[in-house]
Amino acid sequence: MTTMTIAKAINEGLRATLSNNPKTLLMGEDIGPLGGVYRVTDGLIGEFGADRVVDTPLAESGIIGTAIGLALRGYLPVCEIQFDGFVFPGFNQITTQLAKMHSRSNGNLTVPVVIRIPYGGGIGSIEHHSESPEALFAHTAGIRIITPSNPHDAYWMIQQAVDCQDPVIVFEPKRRYWLKGEVDTQTAGLAEDPFKAHVVREGTDATVVVYGPLVPVALAAANAAAEDGRSIEVIDLRSISPIDFDTIEASVKKTGRLIVSHEAPTFGGIGGEIAARIGERAFHSLEAPVIRVGGFHMPYPVAKVEEDYLPDIDRILEALDRAFAY
Amino acid sequence: MGATHLPSTEFDGTEVDDQLEAEAEAALGEPRTEMVQLLGPDGTLGTDSVFSEYAERLDAEKLRGFYADMAAIRRFDQEATALQRQGQLALWVPLTGQEAAQIGSGRASQPQDYIFPTYREHGVALTRNVDLAELLRQFRGISNGGWNPKDTNFHLYTLVLAAQTPHAVGYAMGIQRDQRLAEANGLADSQPAEPKAAVMVYFGDGASSEGDVHESMVFASSYKAPVVFFCQNNHWAISVPTAVQTRIPLSNRAKGYGFPGIRVDGNDVIAVHAVTEWALEHARQGNGPVLIEAFTYRVGAHTTADDPTKYRESSEEALWRAKDPLERLEKYLRSEDMADDSFFAKVAADGDELAAYIRKSTYDSETPDIRTAFANTYVEAHPLVAEELAWFEEYTAGFASEDAAEGAGH
Repeated sequence: MTTMTIAKAINEGLRATLSNNPKTLLMGEDIGPLGGVYRVTDGLIGEFGADRVVDTPLAESGIIGTAIGLALRGYLPVCEIQFDGFVFPGFNQITTQLAKMHSRSNGNLTVPVVIRIPYGGGIGSIEHHSESPEALFAHTAGIRIITPSNPHDAYWMIQQAVDCQDPVIVFEPKRRYWLKGEVDTQTAGLAEDPFKAHVVREGTDATVVVYGPLVPVALAAANAAAEDGRSIEVIDLRSISPIDFDTIEASVKKTGRLIVSHEAPTFGGIGGEIAARIGERAFHSLEAPVIRVGGFHMPYPVAKVEEDYLPDIDRILEALDRAFAY
Repeated sequence: MGATHLPSTEFDGTEVDDQLEAEAEAALGEPRTEMVQLLGPDGTLGTDSVFSEYAERLDAEKLRGFYADMAAIRRFDQEATALQRQGQLALWVPLTGQEAAQIGSGRASQPQDYIFPTYREHGVALTRNVDLAELLRQFRGISNGGWNPKDTNFHLYTLVLAAQTPHAVGYAMGIQRDQRLAEANGLADSQPAEPKAAVMVYFGDGASSEGDVHESMVFASSYKAPVVFFCQNNHWAISVPTAVQTRIPLSNRAKGYGFPGIRVDGNDVIAVHAVTEWALEHARQGNGPVLIEAFTYRVGAHTTADDPTKYRESSEEALWRAKDPLERLEKYLRSEDMADDSFFAKVAADGDELAAYIRKSTYDSETPDIRTAFANTYVEAHPLVAEELAWFEEYTAGFASEDAAEGAGH
């Protein structure tokens, strides 16, 4: 066991995958000598050289597009998109090319590209630096989306993303990059299926589903609710595409209430998808409608008011109150 | 690595620019502004200080082969157009007029090279030994691809314009790494070296305006990737003329990226072959990318759904028909006694045979099962796909049992 931050865990995970497979390479803006704007690739160019840690021209479509070509040649590219709001120049390559290549080749071609995207708000930053665009990608068949919430998952999930033969987007909770936790780097068997959700706190009265940056928030809300005598189960979704509905369904059949919270706007979001599916699967177990706690239908607001936009402990508790009032 | 590789902040590009110009001059002679042409519309062979040497390597058999290829793909094009008119294809994208650009460049490639087409490169497909019946699958609505690119190193058609250009550069970056890995592992000493490979990517004058072309050229230039950008300037992006895409010859754009750009008469199969052979060799030898602009013309419609009478004069089409790539090669072959009537009769007969094969293959093609779409969305097992497939099976099985019940009732 080693204690490290999420940023360091991803760094170590990337180091491991670069060491284990000569076909792995990293691509992105400022990921070389600088180590990335969040230092996630710190030191890797020195160890693995500029052929495998590639500082690219400043062009996201070019990064994803050339990564697709490298994958067609047998390489395993891991692309870093500098910030969530800057992925869109590469959106065409991700949705029309990367996601469809295996299908349109009738299964003859695989493009195991990994795209790392630091996402989410709460860092007091400027426009385009705090967004949560995961639903835009989840709607696209052919790609997988995972998001670790703690250092142990971060260390293993980045490696599992590289091992996966499908394209994987890894949304990294940027405001938790410096969150510390224990990582067991020794036993690969400790790596769990990256596409399965985890029950991170057991409870009996209501279920709160969260992922990425909101996992600590939901746990704190559950602690606060416990003081009022409510036993809250918290699920860390871990995978946004596919979604592990089985784990959520089992929990809801036990608790009868479901809150889904994410930073992204609720309209057309992951919470809506979970609400609909659980409505179909566990209708008779539900004591209340599934309630979503998320961002508003507006461009991500300026930093000075982002606290009013982001789901926090109180907003999750308020949603729980509504669920219990039914 | 690390600190020793920090770039100089004094880099202003001028030194590299001078160096690249000197390299280009050494390879290509004086800076070229004129179009490379060897075989004129009247069927006479001219000379070029650099490219005549390449033309001289072509013997009579090769030239007859070029003619046969161009005639075959034109016949194929007519057949596919007819199949669309008969309702057998949803859409067709004719290539007539561009045969020399495609056969000349495709025949200059080697098996180890990898080719990324747009969607009109039927002639290039022929040179890469793609089964032309498979080429029609996408247009018949029975596949989004149709062939396995690994068999021929000819990638699938890409319909989102220019999206394949960065793929080509990335593939070329992979070739560079493969070579460096092989050198590092000392494989060159113990085993016969793999033939050096390059990538060639096709796009048009319309697609040249897409940002992906720009980004690709930046990447290719920065990493000196072994890629040839082959732009067929066929003068029309559906209804919009080239002048809306560019105010200068497209080949001139290469200079801004720091690699050679050559405009070639795209209706002159000998010149296209020579220029492409030079460019691919340039790339394979590690000298970086080349842009070729093949100056040609789309004689027919953009697709079978298009109506060129709405946007261009038939006199313009007539002007270009006079520069026909097949006619000029026929004139040359006949004047040099390289081919006679029996050769051209054989080519025509082969064309009819190809057309019959294409027609039959299209009629015989099997409609796929949607289960293959379920199977190919992901490589690895996916619970949502599995759930939806299970529902679909149950749903369709319901109809089967209804049918059985109805059958039993009669």
